[in-house]
Amino acid sequence: MTHKTDVVIIGSGPVGLFAVFELGLLNLKAHLIDNLDRVGGQCAELYPEKPIYDIPAYPKITGQELTDKLISQIKPFEPTFHLNQQADSIEKVDDGWKIVTSEGTTINARCIVIAAGAGSFVPRKPPIDNIAEFEGTSVFYAVRNKELFKNKKILIVGGGDSALDWTNDLATIADVTLMHRRKEFRAAPDSVNKMLNLEKEGKIKFLHGQLKSLSGNNKMINEIKYSHEEKEYSIGVDYLLPFFGLKMELGPIANWGINLNENLIKVDTEKFETSEPSIFAIGDINTYPGKLKLILSGFHESALMAQKCFAYCYPDKKNVFRYTTSSKDLHKKLGL
Amino acid sequence: MGKIKVTDREGKLHELEADVGSTIMEIIRDAGLDIEAACGGCCACATCHVYVTNDKINELEPIDDDEESMLDQAFHVNNNSRLSCQIEYKENLENIELTLAPE
Repeated sequence: MTHKTDVVIIGSGPVGLFAVFELGLLNLKAHLIDNLDRVGGQCAELYPEKPIYDIPAYPKITGQELTDKLISQIKPFEPTFHLNQQADSIEKVDDGWKIVTSEGTTINARCIVIAAGAGSFVPRKPPIDNIAEFEGTSVFYAVRNKELFKNKKILIVGGGDSALDWTNDLATIADVTLMHRRKEFRAAPDSVNKMLNLEKEGKIKFLHGQLKSLSGNNKMINEIKYSHEEKEYSIGVDYLLPFFGLKMELGPIANWGINLNENLIKVDTEKFETSEPSIFAIGDINTYPGKLKLILSGFHESALMAQKCFAYCYPDKKNVFRYTTSSKDLHKKLGL
Repeated sequence: MGKIKVTDREGKLHELEADVGSTIMEIIRDAGLDIEAACGGCCACATCHVYVTNDKINELEPIDDDEESMLDQAFHVNNNSRLSCQIEYKENLENIELTLAPE
C-alpha cells in the first residue's frame, strides 16, 4: 500500500513526536517510522522509569511519562505510525520523496525529517565468531514461534525481563536452562521470584556463566561452552536465546548520500536541513557547531525545521507566525 | 591536569590527559579512542565497558546497582569490569590503568 503525506519522520522518540506538533500547527501532516514496536525511542526503551530533570516546566518526569504526554499533545494532528519497521531506502520523485520500509510500506512525502537519535534499536549479539551460522535456525534474539521449542533443550542467557519472562514461559513446554553472570537480575521482581520457584521445583535449571563458543552442524547448535570464574564448562543444547538488550545502529541512513560526520548528520542552524534539500535532521542524530544532545534542543530544532517544511509544501503561501495562546486558527487545529 | 593510561583493542598504550570532573569515558572518547558510549554517559547502555588493570581499582567508588545491571548487557565481564561513564576522574586516580573491553 502506498501512502501520501506532507512529511515522513524517521524515528518516534521525543523529538520526532514533538515535530508532529510543530508541523501540525502549520497544517502539515506527518507519518512516523520506527523500528521498535512502540513509540518513545530511547525514553521508552532505555529509561522508561528513570526521571529526567531538564525538561522545561517539569522538575521531574520519567521517560515514559514524557512520551505519554507528547502522544497526548500531538493527538489532534492524527499522525500515522509505522512501527516494527526501518526506513530502508529513499528515492527522489517528482513531488518530493518516496520512502520504502523494511516491511515494504511505501510513503510519498514532500519532506523527510530524520529524528533517529542514535540510530535504530537492534538486538545486541554475543561476540562469538560463528554465531551468524546458527541465527534464525538455532539462535534467536526474539521468540516468534514457541512451538519450535517444544520438548527441546533451550539455553536462555541474560538477566533482564526478556530472559526471565521467556524462561518462565517456555518452562512449561521445554527443557529450559537460564544462564547469567550473577544470581541477581534486573528483571521485574515478580518474574525473578517465579523463576526462582521454578528452579526450586526442578522445572528449570540455573547456571552461572558467560558464553564462550558454539559448535554444531547443519545450522544447528549441539554444544555451548561457557565460563564462570575463569573455569570453562560445556552444555548440550538445541536452541540458544541470548537476551542482552538492544543497541543502536545508524543503519540504512548511512547509505542515503547525506553528508555525515562520524555517524551524525550535518545540518545548518537556521532550518536544520541536511546537505540534501528537503531532508532535515533534528535531535541527537544531527551535528552543528555548539550542538548539545538534549531533548530540549531537539524541540527547538523541530520548530525551526517545520517553518522550512511549510515553504516546501506550500511554496505559494505566506506563513504568518501565530501564537497558540491567542490564535483562533491554531485553537481550531488543536480541537479547542 | 592528571594522566590516565589506556590500552586500546589493538593493545596499544595511550597516555591521556585527564581533567578532574570529567568521566573516564569522556576522557577516552575526547582523545579519539574507539569507545562507543552510545547513550552519551547516562548509564543506559554498556558500550563504554573497560577493565581496570592496576590497584587504583581499590580507590574507585563501589559499583552501584544501576551500573551492575547495565554490565549484565555487556560481554566478557570480569571482576575488574566497569562502565567508564560512571567513573569520575579525581586526583587520586592519577595513573589509573584501563583496557578497553572487546566490542
